[in-house]
This record gives sequence, structure tokens and C-alpha cells, in this order.
Amino acid sequence: MSTTRTTVRRVADYAVLSVLAFLFALPALYLFLGSLKPSDEVLSGLSGFLPTNLSFDNYTAVFSSLNSESTGYFWQFMGVSVLVAFVVVTGGLVVNSMAAYGLTRLKWRGQGTLFTVVVLLMLIPFESVAVPLFYMFNGQRNTVYILALPFIANAFAIYQFHTFFRKIPPSIEEAARLDGAGPWRTFFAIIVPMSKPVFASVAILTFLIQWGSFLWPVLMISDPSVRPLPLELSVFQGQQPPDWGQILAFGVLMVLPVLIVFALFQRWFVQGVASAAVKG
Amino acid sequence: MRTLEPAHSAPPRREKAPPATPEKRSKATRRNRDRWHGLLMSAPGVGGLIAFVGIPFCYAVVLSFYNVRLGSPAEPSFFGLEHYRRLFTDPDLSGPFLRALLNNLTFAAVVVPVQTGLALALAILLNRKLKAIGLFRSFFFMPVVFPMALVAVIWRLILARGEEGMLNSALNAVSFGNWGAFDWLGDATTAMASIVVLSIWQGVGFQMVILLAGLQQIPGDLYEAARLDRASRWQQFRHVTLPGIRGTLVFVALLTSVLSFRVFDQVYILVRGGGLDEDATRTVMYQAVTTAFDQNNIGQASAVTVVFFLIVVALTVVQRRVVRPDNED
Repeated sequence: MSTTRTTVRRVADYAVLSVLAFLFALPALYLFLGSLKPSDEVLSGLSGFLPTNLSFDNYTAVFSSLNSESTGYFWQFMGVSVLVAFVVVTGGLVVNSMAAYGLTRLKWRGQGTLFTVVVLLMLIPFESVAVPLFYMFNGQRNTVYILALPFIANAFAIYQFHTFFRKIPPSIEEAARLDGAGPWRTFFAIIVPMSKPVFASVAILTFLIQWGSFLWPVLMISDPSVRPLPLELSVFQGQQPPDWGQILAFGVLMVLPVLIVFALFQRWFVQGVASAAVKG
Repeated sequence: MRTLEPAHSAPPRREKAPPATPEKRSKATRRNRDRWHGLLMSAPGVGGLIAFVGIPFCYAVVLSFYNVRLGSPAEPSFFGLEHYRRLFTDPDLSGPFLRALLNNLTFAAVVVPVQTGLALALAILLNRKLKAIGLFRSFFFMPVVFPMALVAVIWRLILARGEEGMLNSALNAVSFGNWGAFDWLGDATTAMASIVVLSIWQGVGFQMVILLAGLQQIPGDLYEAARLDRASRWQQFRHVTLPGIRGTLVFVALLTSVLSFRVFDQVYILVRGGGLDEDATRTVMYQAVTTAFDQNNIGQASAVTVVFFLIVVALTVVQRRVVRPDNED
């Protein structure tokens, strides 16, 4: 008796989930389909969903229309985004994990105070320092390094590393010490290799946030040669008349790297996001 | 008294416990030895934070008391509280600014309950042992990886005015041609609702994943016991699920409300290119950026930023207060 009921329930579950998932995926579907359609068919009501006249023309057009000094080059936008994300992620992993270790696992006077300062700084969102930073670094506008520099040291990342390091038993460090390893060797040869999960989740979360970063580039960048992808997308979609096929193709090219990372490291992705809140 | 995220996010206070050192002999030498290593290791991180968060933050407070303009030959002059007075009483400035505050409040008041509720519903739906459940989970999480700039562009097309907008076209089909074209972004009554919808679409997966992790920490035997007691599904939700994830739920609500005060990207992009009604959707951050960037008025923009920060902090404090009685059971 209960087997039929559970079957019915199961089918109902799948039905509800499928309908919801479909509705939820519609905007993304529209993006991918539209990027393959002629521009005048993208914005044409429900028929924008019809898979007609599909081709990669928009993609080739993106590369050919973004191909001069004045418009900037597509690979330059991509390069800036990749470079900035790479510097912020790798630099951040090194700097923040070291800070977390130095502040919370080594014993020295002042460590507690400094760590409290870090925790307090976590309360200050980037938005509330954007204006003074814009003023302070006005001479560095339109440079690539200023896009990355303010985001390498990150209080939240330090905190995330700390919550992971906290669970490592001190006996491991004691043993390393007895073997004559100093704090640096202990950290790089023993602590780092056993902390891969937290490195992965911090890296992914940092990359995700950095890849979509918009406010800081808006303030600091006007020159197309150092423009990251999200800023270029906003410039591209503001041109009159907008070429929707190309804009959506540009959007797909922009989200593709994140989607690939997401597909490859899905477990870390979801864990990283969840751990940021639940374990943190 | 732990007020926020019980059993989860450890309050920073806990960390400040004095370093317990059972062996007193080597303590002094070790402290000495670790001092330089500790300082060196934390120097880049702490230095970076001080340079790019601490100092700019203090600088924002200082700048807000000065009349500073970018590219102006005039020396910055002390302005006292004038910027703040203007923000709240000068009709030219206070109009848009108070509107921005109100918009932020409206946004938060709608998004926090709706997005948290939706995320909870999705998390409960997805917290089952079904085949391919992982696939469904990633479906709902997917928009989180979309940069907000792109989300804004996609929804600009969906909500486009005229017959060719996706939503208008769908409504037209459903109503057998009785639905005329409507300018969702450009009309002051629906502009904010549009921003709300696209923001929830992008963000709900994030909250869902956090809540899902919270749900999975509820021991299964609690549900078993409830079922033995013939508790209905609703009773199970009410007496097992809700108490089990209350901490996570509070955390998510807090996170969402702070995030909803930081709204900027989608408003900026859609006002600039998408015909979004500016007055109905301007946010505090939008005001800060336009004041600093378009009007070069750094002092005034800093005052906006300081008010923004005070609101975020007040929000955190108030929410902790509101939540407190709940947690003392």
C-alpha cells in the first residue's frame, strides 16, 4: 500500500522539481539560444526561444567588431579579467592563509589583538571604502594592477582559513617542531598540504566574486585596453542600436569560464559557499 | 550570550580566549621565537587590509568633513557637518538621497523575506534522496555564477518594453492578445519590482545552498521519532525542521539584508542602457558612485558612504537584538 504512495510521491517530486528547474533555467536558456540567433530575431517576443537560423556568426562578429584601438580587443578584455582574477586568487591564497596561520596558530604577543582587528575589518564592506580608494588612487586609474591590488588581502578569507586551521590538532605542529622544522616549513610542508579543502573553497569563492566585479572597474577604468569583461559588457549593451546577438554571444563568452570551473569543481563550489556560512 | 548563528558561525569573541599554554617552561622562549615569524607571516595580509580597508575607511570619515572635489584647483576646505546636513535637508540633494534610502529599504523589505522563504522551500524540496538530485541542485545554483552585469543584460531583454519583450509576449499569449505592451523597467511602479525579481533569480541559489547544508545537519532520527509519533509533514516541518535550522535561517536573513544594501551593479547598468526608471531604483551606492564619479564631489560621496556603513552596522546590531529572544529558549 505504501509503495504506490511513495511512487506517486516520487513522481510528483520529480514533476515539481522539473517544472521549477525549467522555469529557473529559462533566462539562461534565452542567453544561449539568443547568442546563436540573428540579432533581429533575439528580441522578438516568445519566438526568441525558437531555435531557428542558428549559427556561430555572432561569435565571429564579436571578435571582428571588437578589434580596434577605440573599441578594444576581445582578447584584451578577456586577458585583463583572467589576469586580475589570477593575481587576486593566487596572491590571496598565499597572503591570507599565511596571515591566518601567523595570527592564530603561532603564539606571540599582539596576535590576539591583530586578529580581532581583522575580524572587525570583516564588517566593512568594500562599498564603503570604494569612494576614498577612488580618490586615493586616482593617479593610478586605467592600470591593471590597481584592479587587483585592493582585493588580495581579504579579512573574510583569513577568517575562513582560521576556522579550518583551528581544527588541526596542535600535536601535529609539536611533532614537526621536535623534528626541527621552523614555523615556515611547518606551514608550507605540513599545514598547507592537509588544508586543501579550504584552499579550494576560498579560491573558488574569490574567483567567483572577482570575475563579476563591477563597481571598482566602473570607478577606475575608462581606457578600453584595461577594461575587464563585465565593464565592457555594460559599455557594449549601452551602444545604440544594440546588437543583441553579439551582446549575448559576448555574455556567453564571459560566463563560460565560470561555468566550466563550476562544472569541474562543483563539489568544492557548493561546499565552499556553504562552509563560508555554516562552518564559518 | 550567542545571539547570531548558534552552533554555526563562531562568534569572534570565542577566539579571543587567552592562549592556553599548559607547558610553562618553554613559553617565554617560544613566544620570542614565534614573534618575528608570526609578524612576518601575517604582515602582507594585515598590511594589505590596513592599507586597502582600514585607512580608506578612516579616510572616508575624514573626507566627509571636507569640501573635496576631484580635478578642482581649489584646496580642500573644512566643511564640518555640512555634507551630512545637505544630505538630509538640502532639497536638491536630500530628494534623491532619501529616495535612495527608501528604495534600499523597500528592496530589503521585499527581498529578505521572499528570497529567504524561496530559498528555504527550494532547499527542502532538494533535500531528498532522489536520483539526479545533484543535477537539480546545480540547476538552481547556476545563476549564482552569472556575473550581475550579465544578469542585468539578460533581464533587460526579458523585460523589454513593447511587444517584442519576452514577458510582454508571454503575457500576451496567455491572455489571448489582451495584454498590451508594458514598460516594466521604465515604469516607476514596476521598476523596483523588476530589480527585485532579477536579483532574486541570481541570488536565491546561494541562500539555498547554505540552508541545504543546515538541513543536512539535522539528525535523521529526529524525523524518525516524529514519524513514530504520527506527526504530519507540516508538524515535522514546524517542530523538527524549523528549530533545527533556525540559526542558519537567521544567518541567511542577516546576510541577505546586508547584501541588499549593497545593490549597485544591476541598477547602474540598467539605468545607463536599459531605460530603467532612475528615481524609482536609485540606491545608496548608486548615489555614492554618481556623486563621486559624475560630479567629482568626493566629500559629499564620502558622507554618503559613511551613512551607508552606519546603516549596515545598525542593521547587523538591530537584527541581533531582534533575534535574541528567539534563541534563548
